[in-house]
Amino acid sequence: MAGLDWDAVEMARRVQSGEVSALELVDASLERIAAVDSNIGAFLYVDDVGARQSARRLDSELTRDQKKSLPLAGVPVAIKDNLVTRQMPTTAASKMLQGFMSPYDATVVERLLAAGAIPVGKVNLDEFAMGSSTEHSAYQVTRNPWDISRVPGGSSGGSAAAVAAGMVPLALGSDTGGSIRTPASYCGVFGMKPTYGRVSRYGLIAFASSLDQVGPFSRTVRDAALLLHVISGRDPHDATSVDVSSTAPTVVVADPTQMRIGLPEEYFGDGIDPNVRTQVDAALETLKGLGATLVPISLPHTRYAIATYYLIANAEASSNLSRYDGVRYGFRETAPDLIQMYSRTRSQGFGDEVQRRILLGTHALSAGYYDAYYLKAQKVRTLIRRDFDQAFESVDLIVTPTVPDLPFKFGERALDPLQMYLTDIFTVTTNLAGLPGLSQPIGLADGLPVGLQWIAPALEEERILGMASALEAVLPVPSWPMQGGLSR
Amino acid sequence: MLLSKEEVLHVANLARLSVEPSELEEMAGTLSRVLEYIDLLNELDTESVSPTSQVVEQHTVWRSDVIQDSLSAELATQNGPQVVSAMFVVPKILDGGGQ
Amino acid sequence: MSDNYEVVIGLEVHVELKTASKLFCGCANLFGQDPNTHTCPVCLGMPGALPVLNRDAVALATRAALALSCTVHSFSKFDRKQYFYPDLPKAYQISQYDQPLATHGQVTIRTEAGPRAIGIERIHLEEDAGKLNHIGQRLGDATGSLVDLNRAGVPLIEIVSQPEMHSPEEARLYLTELRTVLSYLDISDLRMEEGSMRCDANVSLRPLSYTGSLADLPRVEIKNVNSFRNVQRGIEHEIIRQRELLEQGIRIVKETRGFDDAAGTTYSQRSKEAANDYRYFPEPDLPPLVLDAVWLEDQKNQMPSLPEELRHQLAAEGVLPRDVDVLVQDRALYGFWRQTVAIYPDVKLVTNWLLSDYSRHMNAKGLSFDNPGVSAPHLAELLALIEDGTLSGKMAKEVLESMFATGESPQVVVKRLGLSQITDHEAIRLIVSQIVEANPAVVADFLGGKEKALAFLVGQVMKATKGQAKPDLVNALLREVIASHV
Ligand SMILES: [Mg+2]
Ligand SMILES: [Zn+2]
Repeated sequence: MAGLDWDAVEMARRVQSGEVSALELVDASLERIAAVDSNIGAFLYVDDVGARQSARRLDSELTRDQKKSLPLAGVPVAIKDNLVTRQMPTTAASKMLQGFMSPYDATVVERLLAAGAIPVGKVNLDEFAMGSSTEHSAYQVTRNPWDISRVPGGSSGGSAAAVAAGMVPLALGSDTGGSIRTPASYCGVFGMKPTYGRVSRYGLIAFASSLDQVGPFSRTVRDAALLLHVISGRDPHDATSVDVSSTAPTVVVADPTQMRIGLPEEYFGDGIDPNVRTQVDAALETLKGLGATLVPISLPHTRYAIATYYLIANAEASSNLSRYDGVRYGFRETAPDLIQMYSRTRSQGFGDEVQRRILLGTHALSAGYYDAYYLKAQKVRTLIRRDFDQAFESVDLIVTPTVPDLPFKFGERALDPLQMYLTDIFTVTTNLAGLPGLSQPIGLADGLPVGLQWIAPALEEERILGMASALEAVLPVPSWPMQGGLSR
Repeated sequence: MLLSKEEVLHVANLARLSVEPSELEEMAGTLSRVLEYIDLLNELDTESVSPTSQVVEQHTVWRSDVIQDSLSAELATQNGPQVVSAMFVVPKILDGGGQ
Repeated sequence: MSDNYEVVIGLEVHVELKTASKLFCGCANLFGQDPNTHTCPVCLGMPGALPVLNRDAVALATRAALALSCTVHSFSKFDRKQYFYPDLPKAYQISQYDQPLATHGQVTIRTEAGPRAIGIERIHLEEDAGKLNHIGQRLGDATGSLVDLNRAGVPLIEIVSQPEMHSPEEARLYLTELRTVLSYLDISDLRMEEGSMRCDANVSLRPLSYTGSLADLPRVEIKNVNSFRNVQRGIEHEIIRQRELLEQGIRIVKETRGFDDAAGTTYSQRSKEAANDYRYFPEPDLPPLVLDAVWLEDQKNQMPSLPEELRHQLAAEGVLPRDVDVLVQDRALYGFWRQTVAIYPDVKLVTNWLLSDYSRHMNAKGLSFDNPGVSAPHLAELLALIEDGTLSGKMAKEVLESMFATGESPQVVVKRLGLSQITDHEAIRLIVSQIVEANPAVVADFLGGKEKALAFLVGQVMKATKGQAKPDLVNALLREVIASHV
């Protein structure tokens, strides 16, 4: 398994210098997937043939053209299965898209390929990214590599588990209300939701268009920075993407003594698992030790965030998921007439949670309810954004626990949707405000990972990465699960 | 219950989902509990607050009127559940429908 | 209407814009191609695809709004209008709802009672749907339908009038004037038969005793009628139908009705329970549209003269009032007229010929002024041949007919048919001499002071030349020859 304990930066450097071939790395990744994924269930599709072919092609290109420089040369990556790919099927973990072959690649996938990365497969998620546990996949359960009786978090559970279990050093996920940061926290890896607009959404199967962002999973800060850099930037195919050439997160340095870090009281109250609290407090002490100034702050509208989020996300989702109608692609149930074809197809193609959310979202937009629900939520969204604007007048960064608790056991929350929704309580606010957030693994409690969430003003990812890097340098190196000696 | 069974049926019809009569009660209950939670928002007076529908503060993002390659008809229809003469087939339309 | 009801009509007109590419993707905006050959992930509504606005579509829509005296808003936004139908790939249409591109315009119609302004409530941009081909004769008995998405995503403007028309005739006048104005902007093909211009008519009857708001009056929407004539017929029928119902005390239900061309009647298209709730909400994938003064100025500068201005201009140039309207109404006709007059500046003669013989031949051949069969330079040349005496008016008509038949220039036709009035002085002088020689008595009468005798001689010459000699010339030559004989 040569090379899998390196991070992506190290892998690419060695491939570039010829110390190791892309094929060797891809082979190692595929072997590890074959060895451990039957226990984890991260991958929905593994593209052995395609990945090896791409690796060979890259190796010969690099031999031919010594000057060719690719930031992710030969690095095996996993792609969340709600990002469309031409070479592999894309399902969004839904029966609705079983066997779907996209005629185009998502922009982030194009950028990965252009950077020399080798996609080895597509990874599991909650159906259409709707969930916080990856239990709501139409195809399989993904298990937490630290304890396979527990969920990996979601919805990007497959991405987090694949990185945590050392199958790949990097994975792409998407985050609408915490779908990158929650599984990153539960699986003990780095996961970043970028500023809304930093990364193109073209080819990301839409859940909630005004909240969705694609972002990286990694085991080191510098890997997160590198992958973010590769996928960032204005895309002519996404009118909401922004030009970030001046804020490219390439350099990872920060001076903790210059940093004022806000601790919002609403994120440190009751309802946090004491184990989580202990780890977070320890991390805060470490930050203080590094010279950072910790400042108590308030984000007073936090308690309205989940309600606001579920109205906006589900309203947009009800619209975005209307296109799955059995006409042009995907699943279709036969029926004698069009209306019955629509409703049978959609009722049988979508899982229960997806249907619940479509119903809720449709209700929130329907005649007579729009003002009370959707418009109201948009207004509260403004208040939540203002909270952050005000906070960032006095602090440079905000830290919070990523999730209030430790990874839960399968089925524990599946029965009560509301309980499940509350898992995202600390993560949805940044989606509503469009801000960047990173979950950083800070240690284990009862053998389970705990994550710290960093939040910065819009487009200040570099600030987060700098401080996360400073903290990473002084935290003990975690022992990666399910194998020996896999480290940085 | 904030959402009656009739309302669930109405919404399901708008969303082109079918809810079995046996599931109706439970669905109305589940959605009502979520809506009860959402009721929390009414604590806030938002009369004078403007809504946020997008967080990126850019506007007038457009492209020039240039033709780009289309897909071939094969590629466009390759995922179609039922395709005849490069067109998607749908079952008979009973009601006028449409716009 | 001379009875207890006032007819209230509002029109919604959809116009396809003539851009190179579609509204939100780069697929070609082309008509009548093989099915699904102009589609891409965006206009197919594929998972993950996103719209990006076409700048030129905004430009064309802005010019339409300016031409119709609308206020073009510096801020507008896009919204999703949601309903399921197989021709609508995303199950929502990207349109503009509460903040459209433009509002408060007008179209002036010229009724018998004089000009009247019909208000335009709004103009907004939206995407077109695809096309359904029904398997079977018509939708009602089709066993299924085939979906072609080439048209999906083609840019449209929707022009919504105020409910201010009160007769089918006013509706027709509104549509005619609207099309005339738009035609000068050259932003659309404006062909109703081909669907590049489509009209929905909202018709209601307001009892004179009714004092509530117009919006609350139950109205019937007649959808997608394929000609101006049929819009008028549909409204006519709808008025009769609604009046009959009202007189029987039956309530009018708000519904959508189609028009049956053969029967001349409307029929219910959508049942009540399928009533739509479009669940509009702001399109999160598209940032708002902000148009500044520079942009508006730029669009204004790219606009041609509009019908109202042209009408004044033509009147000043001496075109008769009744001809002015006819000339301006058809932009291609006007262009042709202008071209002809530029070469042959007799405004009256050009207008007469164009509106009578020329139009008759062109129509008979099923042609239009876009491609009329006989060019403006050829027409001008024909008119010049009348002036220089080569052709008589009657002969010119014959030449024109032949020009339409063969596409030849007037010179070629004249030569081929040997139709030219004989203008060769020597040839005529010879004939005149022969006639003078042969009629000494008549010549003597003439010389004796009987002016009428000359007319006889002229007649003889004309007969000998089979009418091809120009009478003035014959007259002059006769006097000359007789004088030299003396
Ligand atoms: Mg419309
Ligand atoms: Zn297209």
